[in-house]
Amino acid sequence: MDYLLTDEQKMIQELARKIAKEKIGPVAAKYDQSEEFPWEIIKVIADADLFGLFIPAEYGGLGVGVLNLCIATEELSRACGGIAVCYAASALGTFPIVLFGNEEQKKKYLPDLAKGKKLAAFGITEPEAGSDASAIKTTAKKQGDYYILNGLKHFITNGGDAEIYVVIAMTDKSKGARGASAFILEKGMPGFTFGKKEEKLGIRASSTRELIFTDCKVPKENLLVKEGMGFIATMKTFDMSRPGVASQAVGIAQGALDVAVKYAKERHQFGKPISSFQGIQWMLADMATQIEAARALVYSCAREIDAGVKDVGKDSAMAKLYASDVAMKVTTDAIQILGGYGYMKDYPAEKYMRDAKITQIYEGTNQIQRNIIALRLIKEMAK
Amino acid sequence: MNIIVCIKQVPETTEVKINPETNTLIREGVKSIINPFDMYAIEEGLRFKEKLGAKVTVISMGPPQAEAALREAISMGVDEGVLICDRAFAGSDTWATSYTLCAAIKKIGAFDLILCGKQASDGDTAQVGPGISTHLDIPQVTYVKKIEEVKDKTMRVERMMEEGYEIIETPLPALLTVVKEINEPRLPSLKGMIRAKSAKITIWSQKELNLDPQQIGLCGSPTQVIKIFTPPARTGGQILRGEVPEVAAQLVELLRKEIP
Repeated sequence: MDYLLTDEQKMIQELARKIAKEKIGPVAAKYDQSEEFPWEIIKVIADADLFGLFIPAEYGGLGVGVLNLCIATEELSRACGGIAVCYAASALGTFPIVLFGNEEQKKKYLPDLAKGKKLAAFGITEPEAGSDASAIKTTAKKQGDYYILNGLKHFITNGGDAEIYVVIAMTDKSKGARGASAFILEKGMPGFTFGKKEEKLGIRASSTRELIFTDCKVPKENLLVKEGMGFIATMKTFDMSRPGVASQAVGIAQGALDVAVKYAKERHQFGKPISSFQGIQWMLADMATQIEAARALVYSCAREIDAGVKDVGKDSAMAKLYASDVAMKVTTDAIQILGGYGYMKDYPAEKYMRDAKITQIYEGTNQIQRNIIALRLIKEMAK
Repeated sequence: MNIIVCIKQVPETTEVKINPETNTLIREGVKSIINPFDMYAIEEGLRFKEKLGAKVTVISMGPPQAEAALREAISMGVDEGVLICDRAFAGSDTWATSYTLCAAIKKIGAFDLILCGKQASDGDTAQVGPGISTHLDIPQVTYVKKIEEVKDKTMRVERMMEEGYEIIETPLPALLTVVKEINEPRLPSLKGMIRAKSAKITIWSQKELNLDPQQIGLCGSPTQVIKIFTPPARTGGQILRGEVPEVAAQLVELLRKEIP
């Protein structure tokens, strides 16, 4: 389908596709097995200027564009959802600074992030605060020129490998959600350490660690906006970043479809390529149609955000929900088309399915996405 | 430091099909790319630029669509592109091509280093690079796999040989042809692609270069293609079995029959 992309968007697509095909594809299985952090690929993505896609030009980027970010994430994910998420998670950690940072904060942090010299990460999830983000226990107490953070974040993508972190902590527990604040942390700040690296089902090239704060001293200039803005910053950030997760799902699904079509044309049974059987053809047709529908939803939502449409929460929830469910379905069907080979690690199909699963879980489970959509529907009805 | 990189646009596949009737390449439907060996020359030029602050100019002789190859080089970080393009240059062999490129390089002006790929993936002659250096009367070092040291007026390089390598020190300016072992070419950057899209490509025709018509194009090409053919596929061969003296005698007999 022709999405009438601008020349610049077509360039981003072409460039990201080239990186995916020439640099990521050949090493995707290696990183999936070793769980090493893919620094060599991060450097390639950085040299290609893709980390600047979501950062304004005055801070060394190429202008904020959620659709641009989605196009890049989709193409990278087509080769490896794990490597692509290292990139997308840095965008997630960068968005709060772009959206809510003051001039000094932007000047200090964005240029290095735009060049890909440093990676960012976002920390809200805690062992007992996942979907219920208001239950977070990490505290930030003001003491003179510093905030003292204590607590623990877990399942943080890019945790330990990123240099810049945006962390949500409670400055006033008595106010509930309105007592949460957002802070910019740097690796190496006193009292800021990391837990063990998690072993995961999929997206294994990406790193996931705990962030541990033990009387961690954060300068008061590193508070984003003001005390109590933590949740608003988080929600606005997720509204911007959900299309990114959705495009990761679209890319994973497309990559799995590419593998399935290629295999169906090569694999012969009963004296014919299996792509000549209607049973296979219909599966492929359904997979392609679902991917295209997901992509259309993601791009539309990204365009809305780029155009400055307010209150995109429902649409971005729909994009993330639908695209990730499609990714799970399509990658499962891709394994089915590859049959026994699909189940084996020598073939790339099973990795796509393992990588797809997380897209239904992170940045808000799909159940939470449905809550967002339903609440909005009911609210609209009440008007 | 001024560096000139010579590049050629070639068909992407190494398995181009040949029209059996005309014995010419079937170019339809085949994507054009920068000759892969030239990519290493571009990359090496860009590394000079990063380390020593050089200006890198790419030059190509070819049809108007070769402009795309120059823009691709610019998207990787090259400063300028020059296209040598004229019907009058059509049919040039390696002699006429290197003569024409030499004239264009002289027109560009001062340079310290010329970089070329070791050969083009379509013609495989490996003659244009050495030809340019001969026409320019500057030293050439072919099959360079490493640049060891660059001084003010000289450069020390490693030259790949069949077995091992040679270390050669050459005065500058010089022309090097490079092999794939020298580096790993980078991908373009987005800022580079945006710049390449609107970059001005200098186009020089016979009018600007004002060359002797007898020295260019088909007229200036001493190479004459008599026949192009696809070599027949090798057949299975014959295995002789038995005791060595017996088999040796049989072999001699068979070879005698083969050679009239």
